[in-house]
Amino acid sequence: MGVRSSLAVLAGTAASQSSRLLRRGSGEVIGGRIALELQPGLLAELAADRVVACVSGTNGKTTTTRLLVAALATRGPVASNAGGANMPEGHVVALSGVPRDRPAVLEVDEVYLPQVVAAVAPRTIVLLNLSRDQLDRMAETRRIVAAWRAMLVGATERPVVIANADDPLVTWAAMPAGRVVWVGAGLAWRSDAAICPSCGGLLTFAAESWACEECPLRRPEPEVALRDGEIDVRGERLPVELALPGRANRGNAALATAAADVLGIAPADALAAMRAVTGVGGRYAVHRRPEATYRLFLAKNPAGWVEIFDMLAEADRPLVLAINARTADGRDTSWLWDVPFEKLRGRHVVVTGERGADLALRLAYAEVDHELVPGTDAALRTAKRRRDQHPAAGADDPDLDVVANYTAFQALRGTVAPVSGHQ
Amino acid sequence: MSDSSVAIALLYPELLGTYGDNGNATVLAQRLRWRGIAAEVVTVAPRAPLPTGEIYLLGGGEDDPQRHVARDLAEGGRLTAAVEGGAVVLAVCAGLQVLGRSFATGEGRYAEGVGLLDIETGRPPRDQQHKRAVGEAVVEPRRSLNLPMLVGFENHGGLTTLRGHALPLGTVRVGIGNGTADRAEGVISGHVVGTYLHGPVLALNPALADMLLGWVVGELPPLPDDTVDAAAERVKAIRLEAAGLTTLGM
Repeated sequence: MGVRSSLAVLAGTAASQSSRLLRRGSGEVIGGRIALELQPGLLAELAADRVVACVSGTNGKTTTTRLLVAALATRGPVASNAGGANMPEGHVVALSGVPRDRPAVLEVDEVYLPQVVAAVAPRTIVLLNLSRDQLDRMAETRRIVAAWRAMLVGATERPVVIANADDPLVTWAAMPAGRVVWVGAGLAWRSDAAICPSCGGLLTFAAESWACEECPLRRPEPEVALRDGEIDVRGERLPVELALPGRANRGNAALATAAADVLGIAPADALAAMRAVTGVGGRYAVHRRPEATYRLFLAKNPAGWVEIFDMLAEADRPLVLAINARTADGRDTSWLWDVPFEKLRGRHVVVTGERGADLALRLAYAEVDHELVPGTDAALRTAKRRRDQHPAAGADDPDLDVVANYTAFQALRGTVAPVSGHQ
Repeated sequence: MSDSSVAIALLYPELLGTYGDNGNATVLAQRLRWRGIAAEVVTVAPRAPLPTGEIYLLGGGEDDPQRHVARDLAEGGRLTAAVEGGAVVLAVCAGLQVLGRSFATGEGRYAEGVGLLDIETGRPPRDQQHKRAVGEAVVEPRRSLNLPMLVGFENHGGLTTLRGHALPLGTVRVGIGNGTADRAEGVISGHVVGTYLHGPVLALNPALADMLLGWVVGELPPLPDDTVDAAAERVKAIRLEAAGLTTLGM
């Protein structure tokens, strides 16, 4: 590494540390930004001669990155942007100071993926899913599909692309790659995939298949597939026993297993290692505050919400939903109407967050019993009182389930350390 | 349809429903049911024949889906016939564009619309094309409608020009609306209403929802309780503040 790059890394690291000391977040973004301004080619330099995996998609990026790190960590330390800073600044910080013989798993923002792939020349890229997310600032999903596809045109043996065959948009984007491992990881949210990305025709879906009515595009036959709670790797059936809840995470594990396989970790070993992942950046973990203990979930968009419903505890555990609409969340709360909140009928919901009123309106039309409590702490107290009035079985269980979108989630995990990750 | 139930046809939600606009169907149906009037939402899949209904809803979406919708709706002129028979239509964003004579679909291309509204949608002048209309919008409805201020979130890159009998739904106080110099927003022509307001628009503006329902069932009894409209008022106050206005200033 040249003197300029070394200085850039040093300056960035110093900025990160002072940012942390000043309690201005994890410091990854500011440190990386300074380093990149001093040396724009730094990311490529840090990634050179290193085994790198990139993970991208609308939902499940952080979790899948974490699962893949767990699999690779069976062979020693792994560099990763575990703090969730998923743009080049975060990647620079993740790679700084980590020896070249150590592999890296990078979570990458969907829009930045082509740029990051060009810089780091990854050995493998995991493409999870694409759906509407923060549309007021990200423009349309299909532009991302086109950019991903353009990124892979002309790619030969490297990178090996691990792609969710159940997502037509991901499939279309991945097809030009020289080597694709198709994974049947499932897709609960199909409302952004009604139209063929190739020809504009209509797509029809059936169990474990989809096809275009007008052109040959259809679901590729997967090499790795999630079926009946098992992962089928080219005929070998392996049980998926994760500490993380939900079908979506089993799908993420299937994709991470395929990526680990490409990087030389046997699927059974990879899956065994993934069992140790209990919470991911505060997601799914139990948090403890004076007001209550609660399991915390992140749901930023309709596709994420649809997957959360089957992770929530039984109806006797009070539920708190927190909604903000800052820039990082998307300023437009219209998406709340794309979520089938009718599924929450029969339970009591405490609504909070800066835009809790928007959600309260949605729940009123869904006929879900709810109350709007401004202020997160007050909302937790209100829900806890309810829990105390109706004590449920399982003394070790958390008092509440809390689901929040991005910035509301950050506020809820900010001051607490997870106490345990799973039931 | 049966005589006792109001049929609300939600048209092609898989194709047009990007910004929660499907919620407009829920809002209309619930506001009828809570008043003791039966209502059913009929979801219409792409290619399926247009059902008979009292209210037809179209939402927002992207260019490719928009073309399918225009083709399906124009087939046999059935939506036009339904409107001539007295049906009410609410079309949001891409849905509004589809009902016009033509709409822009991408780099300099135009597609033929259903022709139900005397409007045309192009792209803004080249020097302004980088500016999508994105953000909170506040609309002063045309006086004859006797509606309170409308709020919603707009997100589009269209420039919609009204001709002939098409009148604007209102005038933008905050936001871009149709994008024309007269600050027009949306369109109203008989019982066909179009708007760029997402939100969805009927949840945020219950008086507009009741105007559409009134066209179908006549005078509406009040809602049995005001919870839902109070909730809408709270959201509206937040939206007005986000748009830089206060309720006092209205």
